[in-house]
Amino acid sequence: MAEDKKVLLEVKDLKQHFPIDNGGIFKKQIGAIRAVDGVSFTVKEGETLGIVGESGCGKSTCIRSIAQLYKPTAGEVIFEGVDLCKADNKTLLKLRKDIQMIFQDPMASLDPRMTVRSIIAEPLNIYNRRGLLDHKWTVEEIENRVEILMEKVGLNKTFKNRYPHEFSGGQRQRIGIARALALNPKIILADEPVSALDVSIQAQILNLISDLQKEMGITFIFIAHDLAVIQHISDRVVVMYLGKVMEISKADELYNNPKHPYTTALLSAAPIPDPVKERSRKRIILSGDVPSPDKERKGCYFYDRCPHKMEKCSCNIPPMFDCGPDHQVACWLYEEK
Amino acid sequence: MSEQNKPVLEVKGLQTYFKTDAGIVKAVDGVSFTVHEGETIGLVGESGCGKSVTNLSIMRLVPSPPGKIVGGEVLYEGRDIMKMSEKELRSIRGNNISMIFQDPMTSLNPFLKISTQMIETICLHQNLSKKEAREKAIKMLAEVGIPSPEKRIDCYPHQFSGGMRQRVMIAMALSCNAKVLIADEPTTALDVTIQAQILELIQKINKKFKTAVILITHDLGVVAGMCDNVCVMYAGRIVEQAPTEELYAAPSHPYTQGLIASVPRMDESDKAKRLFSIEGQPPNVIDLPPCCPFHPRCHKKIGICEHMYPPVKQLSETHTCACWLHASEEEIKKAEEEVKKNG
Repeated sequence: MAEDKKVLLEVKDLKQHFPIDNGGIFKKQIGAIRAVDGVSFTVKEGETLGIVGESGCGKSTCIRSIAQLYKPTAGEVIFEGVDLCKADNKTLLKLRKDIQMIFQDPMASLDPRMTVRSIIAEPLNIYNRRGLLDHKWTVEEIENRVEILMEKVGLNKTFKNRYPHEFSGGQRQRIGIARALALNPKIILADEPVSALDVSIQAQILNLISDLQKEMGITFIFIAHDLAVIQHISDRVVVMYLGKVMEISKADELYNNPKHPYTTALLSAAPIPDPVKERSRKRIILSGDVPSPDKERKGCYFYDRCPHKMEKCSCNIPPMFDCGPDHQVACWLYEEK
Repeated sequence: MSEQNKPVLEVKGLQTYFKTDAGIVKAVDGVSFTVHEGETIGLVGESGCGKSVTNLSIMRLVPSPPGKIVGGEVLYEGRDIMKMSEKELRSIRGNNISMIFQDPMTSLNPFLKISTQMIETICLHQNLSKKEAREKAIKMLAEVGIPSPEKRIDCYPHQFSGGMRQRVMIAMALSCNAKVLIADEPTTALDVTIQAQILELIQKINKKFKTAVILITHDLGVVAGMCDNVCVMYAGRIVEQAPTEELYAAPSHPYTQGLIASVPRMDESDKAKRLFSIEGQPPNVIDLPPCCPFHPRCHKKIGICEHMYPPVKQLSETHTCACWLHASEEEIKKAEEEVKKNG
């Protein structure tokens, strides 16, 4: 469905390295954590792109770099024809109106001393003060907007004078979503919005997100480590490992026909809530842990744990190979002979 | 399969209350289940439903005050843990019944080497010299798949990764040949690929040493793969109890049905379909009125649900469920009359 739509966001070879210093007073750099190490993908208008991977694979860093919360080490993030990495603060401020975030921990991402009303109205106030909204909004207009937003995310508007601690986890996440919606953004970056929630609440929030998307046509980049959640919500999926993209594909294609050995292992490791299927299928157990991302690699990033490794993999980084429509994989097994 | 084996742990009508300023929190309110030798039993439920408190109560580890075990008995091989002296209790804790916790970093002492911590446990419960205990510890570490254990044993916990730390915890828990292993969300803090490793390990140990496992989790997928029997908990009570296959094939309690339906499925996904969601929030368990605690969120509630806790019904030999939907009409009538009488 998303084929004929235009590209909203393009990430090209994005790198985000964090320096490690030697602990001395001059902070001499002795290395770098390569949190994101050359990631490229595109996001089309109105679609949901899922990013999945284990902890430490650079999912969160990746979207934070897209939102320019960190200054990326290298690469380009092109949003509406403008490279965000090179944009000055003024342009960035204007463009950020269309890029909003939802965070994982709804308690930590809401200021405990602010009422729900001021939390949701804050982005509106900031842009209103600078005159970046369509017209100068009056206090009543903002008040009105807050009430509409609260109703939209399923919160009772009479609660607007309450503080975040008076709400449960699921409701707090709804406040976070309302805040992200306040400026009518074009794209929302959702950083594990459901992983801190219970199953029954998780289903409520996932339904809310897909309803909002249908209604308002917002593009989402959705991070989760739960593969089933990603499959449910996404149109396309990016699988990341150690700061690299391993596989990009349409969601159904990826789950039915995974190509990369890492994706296959990841899918087989995720438990399925059906005892008959769960017991009969074969699990691929990867040995070892995710290695530390602090050194430069010459070969495939998955080399240490890969069950199908070849000689070639140790010294050549695989590029993205096409293997089917809209399906790319970074693995030498799929090199066209 | 578990029928022939003898029960090792029986929990009968366990009640643990916490006294708080706001009122009495009935964290666990009449929980009963039996664990047989070599069996894996799963306790499933959302946060705050009393899964962890149940297991702390089994070991009598509930901090008192504010917590208090007010009723019920826990029989370990026929002896009631609730009536034991501290000394007897100490010989059971960590020796016959051991626990592994959710976060392996907070349950290992960061100041002590793994060797010190393991040798301490082994020497305390078994009549071994330090040297023998060390050998035993190395053997256990090898058993749980730690590479070159003779070197790694002298490392500190921070030198291990999350999955490795959980392995160390399991090795420590099993070093005294425990009969019952209580695993409190052992894989929640871990990634899927590491989770698969740890679950595989627990399963292997369960088969090899015939250790009974009580697995606490909120992940229905983990339960499906690991457990023989499942107890579903809600607001301090077990609402449904059945063998795993039966529970997933025919969930009888509306809460279990909702729980299973609200999980997105990797195997049969239908994008267009909305997820089934249980509306509302789990209840506050402070001063809960005598009613089915699930009724405000239930999609099948009937009148009586608001006034009386449903009786536990035996649906088959192994399947029990606490819901008015499975009660007979006479029972409901009788209960309604009683409610009327009491106003």
